[in-house]
Formats: sequence, structure tokens, C-alpha cells
Amino acid sequence: MDIFDFYRKDRWPHVFCPGCGIGTVMNCFYRAFNELGLDLEKTAFVGGIGCSSRIPLYINSDALHTTHGRALAFATGLRLSRLDLSVVVFTGDGDLGAIGGNHFINGCRRNVDMTVICINNNIYGMTGGQASITTPHDYQSTTTPYGNREYPFDLAEIAVAAGANYVARWTTRHVHELTKAMKTALQKKGFRFVEVVSQCPTNFGRRNKMADPTQMLEWFRESSVRRDKARTAAVDHVDLNLAGQITVGEFVSRDRECYEELLGVGKHGV
Amino acid sequence: MSDAKEYFVQGNEACVEASLASGLKFFAGYPITPSTEVAEGLARRLPKAGGVFLQMEDEIACISAVIGASWGGVKAMTATSGPGFSLMQEAIGYAAMSETPVVLVNVMRGGPSTGQPTRASQGDVAQTRFGSHGDYQVIAFAPASVQEMFDLTVETFNFSEKYRVPAFLLSDAEIGHMRGLLRVPPNIEVIDRKELGVRRQDKASEVPDSLVHPFPTFGRGHKTMVTGMTHTDDSRIEPEDPVVHSELVTRLNEKITRSRKDINRWEVINEDARIMIVAYGSSSFGAREIAANDRRIGLLRLKSLWPLPEEPIADVAGKCEKMLVCEMNLGQMYPHIKRVALEAGCKTVELLPKIGGDPQKPSEVRSKLREMGVI
Repeated sequence: MDIFDFYRKDRWPHVFCPGCGIGTVMNCFYRAFNELGLDLEKTAFVGGIGCSSRIPLYINSDALHTTHGRALAFATGLRLSRLDLSVVVFTGDGDLGAIGGNHFINGCRRNVDMTVICINNNIYGMTGGQASITTPHDYQSTTTPYGNREYPFDLAEIAVAAGANYVARWTTRHVHELTKAMKTALQKKGFRFVEVVSQCPTNFGRRNKMADPTQMLEWFRESSVRRDKARTAAVDHVDLNLAGQITVGEFVSRDRECYEELLGVGKHGV
Repeated sequence: MSDAKEYFVQGNEACVEASLASGLKFFAGYPITPSTEVAEGLARRLPKAGGVFLQMEDEIACISAVIGASWGGVKAMTATSGPGFSLMQEAIGYAAMSETPVVLVNVMRGGPSTGQPTRASQGDVAQTRFGSHGDYQVIAFAPASVQEMFDLTVETFNFSEKYRVPAFLLSDAEIGHMRGLLRVPPNIEVIDRKELGVRRQDKASEVPDSLVHPFPTFGRGHKTMVTGMTHTDDSRIEPEDPVVHSELVTRLNEKITRSRKDINRWEVINEDARIMIVAYGSSSFGAREIAANDRRIGLLRLKSLWPLPEEPIADVAGKCEKMLVCEMNLGQMYPHIKRVALEAGCKTVELLPKIGGDPQKPSEVRSKLREMGVI
């Protein structure tokens, strides 16, 4: 399938800023989906509210653009009502980890069959650059003009602890690894979580001396540490995400029974 | 009714049976008094009926999952009470904006806040209509017996499907927990939503497509786009366009207000009485006893609350001299009923509010009528 058949060309121009990482994620996702030969008509896409949650509306299939933070709950209902449909959720750090944190934890725990791709740009981009739950300590945003006093959340570690079947984190600098992780996620069953650390040059980079998107990608390259190496490097390092280093790689890949199997309601998707 | 099966059940159990009879296939719930028996009943019954029962992490997740399931093409419902209902408001607005048929059972208890978990109230009737932001319309029914918990649950499903709108069964702790006779008729009329690409001759198809668009179920190749943002008929997001917004929101409201005569349900006792009491649900108990024994006193009992049954209210208001509204709140339907009644020529419209958990006793209604100088 051509990329212009996968995405809805008639919905252009899109809302994303120049230099945004979402385009990279969309490209990687298309490649993963296409290389696996999956069926768009048998896949439904769900998003919450925010820049990343707009992706489903550009995909040439069924899309549910929901309320802020609740995408996983909507996706749970949709998936369990239609076991013939695979469900993919696109969400962001604010949507998934802040307002939707409870649904995230319980979504991982419940282990319903779905792929969740979280584009973590460390900021509320759509509303103009407020600090999010993943904004690194001391970094600037419109709501942290004296530097972020809080410490960030580690979404991938939470997903592991909460019981997701598959958890991986990559950055928009790691396009091959990211595509491969998406492919793995799409093929597994249960709750599959892929976090993509992504650049928001407009609202994050600009206020943190990285207005050029390539500066942000370079920053990702320099601060990324592969998980196997991070195990030793990151001991006692609570601020795993961005301030010091970004631990990337596959965090867990297991085959706990997914919720549909536990309910006995039928086969899982994909 | 000789073929009807008879049961002695609780109001909430009658609701469970009615939801199954209506074709419920997805329920998401969260424990909350006094609605919990609905979730417990469906946890037992729904899996055996081929449906999915889900206990979610909070009420926001419940209503969200229910909306998601509805887009999968199944009938979906949740049940809650005051605090949970407050949490659901944003998603109710989403269901109205995205025209998602969902059923919400609210077994009302005393508020505000945690209030009286085990006591009855009608404190959520205004929230049902005005709780979410923006202009929207919903459909709401108010049962006054175990039998009506069944009958009106079926109606709630039917009208939710027919008009693609969130619809509510506004029960309360009194009726939800009351035990009584339930007659399940052998033939129950069930209306299914008008689906895009599916031709069917039924009640849902009577509604013009211009008012209620055919439902584009997920996974049928429609490339459906559902959003809570301002959108055109072909789902193009146009949040900046004043005309698109105005046309969309006007249609969402008009599809319900124009269908008022189809939706509204009521009962009148002593229709020629000069004194009319207007009540619904538990607040009609005292008035019903009085009207049954005194031909001078009439009762208009509203079985549906939203859209406001203006025609029956105006009808009795035009014939009576004085009107008394009984509610188990401090007057939530009263201003709306009063407006219609005064416009129809009724001279006096008074309110007998009662909160605390007990419905108005006949003696309390009688003393109010005495105070009004009508008996």
C-alpha cells in the first residue's frame, strides 16, 4: 500500500508544525503496518486530545477522536465490542500520563488487546508549551518560567510495573529501531506500549535553546542509552527521562493472557 | 397479558432484565450506591447473553468505554448515581456531539457531593439536561414503579438508538431498591439504530436522514471519523467555521426538540380537575394517592422529563386553575414547567419541594394544597 493510500491525502494540510516529530512517527508506523501486510479495514484507530492524538484522523480507516485522557477507555470498549477489529491508540504524554494516568495504569493491568503509541514530546504542544508530566527537571515552559521544579514521570517503567505485555521506548532519532518495535508490538497480543520521545521544536525546543529540530534530534542521540547498557549506567538514576539520559530499547516482552482470553470472549486481533 | 411472565423483583433487577431484552451487549460499570445492583445483575447475566461486562477504574472510563463499544455497533449501557454521574458529564457531551447512542441509568441519591448514598433524591434532573458544556439535548425517562423500571428502560434504549443520542433512565434509591411485581410482556418492541449501508424498514428509518444521519459502524469499510470537535457532515474538522458549528449544534438540538411528541410519555389522573399536581418518579407517590381518592385533584405524572413534555403540561395547564409541582429537589423541573403552564394560561403554579430522602407524603401534599386554598 502506498503511503498516500494509508494516510488521507484529502485531509491535508495537517496541523503539525514544521520540524515536528509526529511526521517521523507516522512514517515509521506506516512502514511497520505495511511491511506486516495488515488490513486497514480491520484496524480502528483511537486518539485522545492533543497533537499526537490527531494522527487517527489522518489515517484512511475508522477513527475515534475522543475526549482528553480517555482514549484507552474508549479503545477498551471498542475492542471488546468488536473482536474482529484490531485497535491502535495514538496518544501523548499529557493525554496518557497526566489526565489519563489512571486509564493508562489500569489499561496495562487489564491487558486488553491493543497497540498504544505514545508520542512523548515533554510538553503540552497544542496549547502552546505548558509543562507536562514528562518535562525534565529545570527545563523551561510557559508554566515553569523559573525552570521545572518537578521531576518527570517514566511512562515505560510504569507500563512494565502495571503489567503491559510489551513495552519499548525509542526516540524519533531511532527510526529503524522504532519501526521494528512497532512491528513487534503490532504482532503481539495484549496491551502493547511503544513510547516515542519526540521533538517539539516550536514549544519545547524554542524555550530550551534547541529551536532547530536537528538540535533536538542530536540531543536525543547524545542522551540515549540502550536499555542493556542502562542497567548499569542508570543505577540510582531516578530521572531516567531526558534530564540525564533517555533509556531506550525494549523494556519487556511477555505473553500474559490478554483480557479477551481471560474473559473467554474470542480470538485476539492482528 | 395472559402470556406475560410475572416476577417479584427489585427495581434495579427489572432494569437489568429490560436492558437484556433490549439487546444490551456491552456494560461498563463502577460500584456506587444505590445503582450497584444493576452492575451486579449484569455481571451475572450479560456474559451468558453473549455480551461483555466490564468493571472499569472509574465512571469516566465507564462512559468512555460504553461510547467506544457503541461505535463497534453494539448496544451499550452504564449505570451510576450522583457523584459518578457528575464525573461522566464531559463524555456525555461527547456522545451528544458525536451522536453516539448510549444508555445511562442514574439511580439518584441525595447530593451535592457524597450526600446521602442510600437515600432517594431527584437532584440530578437538571444536570441530566444541562450538565455538560455547550448546547445539547438529551432524552430522559423517569420511572415510578418496578414495572416502569422495565418498560422505560426499553424506551430509553429505543429512543437512544432511534435518535443517536445519549438517553437516560432517571430512577432513584426508592424505586431502584423497591420490590414489586414485574410483568414481562411476551413481545417487546425493540428499535435498532439506522445503520449506514443497511436498508431496514423500522421505526428508526422513519426519521429523515437530514435530521439523524445513518450510523457508520466501525469495521464496515465506511472509514468513519468520529470526533467531539466541530465537524461537517463528512467529518471534516472545522472548529474555526462559525457556520459549520452553528448548523451542527442546531441540528443536534432540533433532532430532539422537533421529536418531542414522539418521545414524551405521561399519565393523567382526573384530567378535568381544577387543581393539577405535576410530579414524576418517587415525588408522584403522595400525589397519586390523593388523586386516586379525590376527583377535585388531578395528577399529571411525567414519565419522560427531557425533552420537556411541553404539550401535556400546556394541555392540563390550559384547563386547570392552579398547579402544584412536586419534586424531590429544591425545584429543578419547576421553572421549566412553570413557564409552559403560565404561557398556557394557568394562573398559579406553586412548588412543593422535598429533600432528605423521603418522597412527599399524602398528608404533606394535602397541607400544601390547603395552604394554596384549594381544598
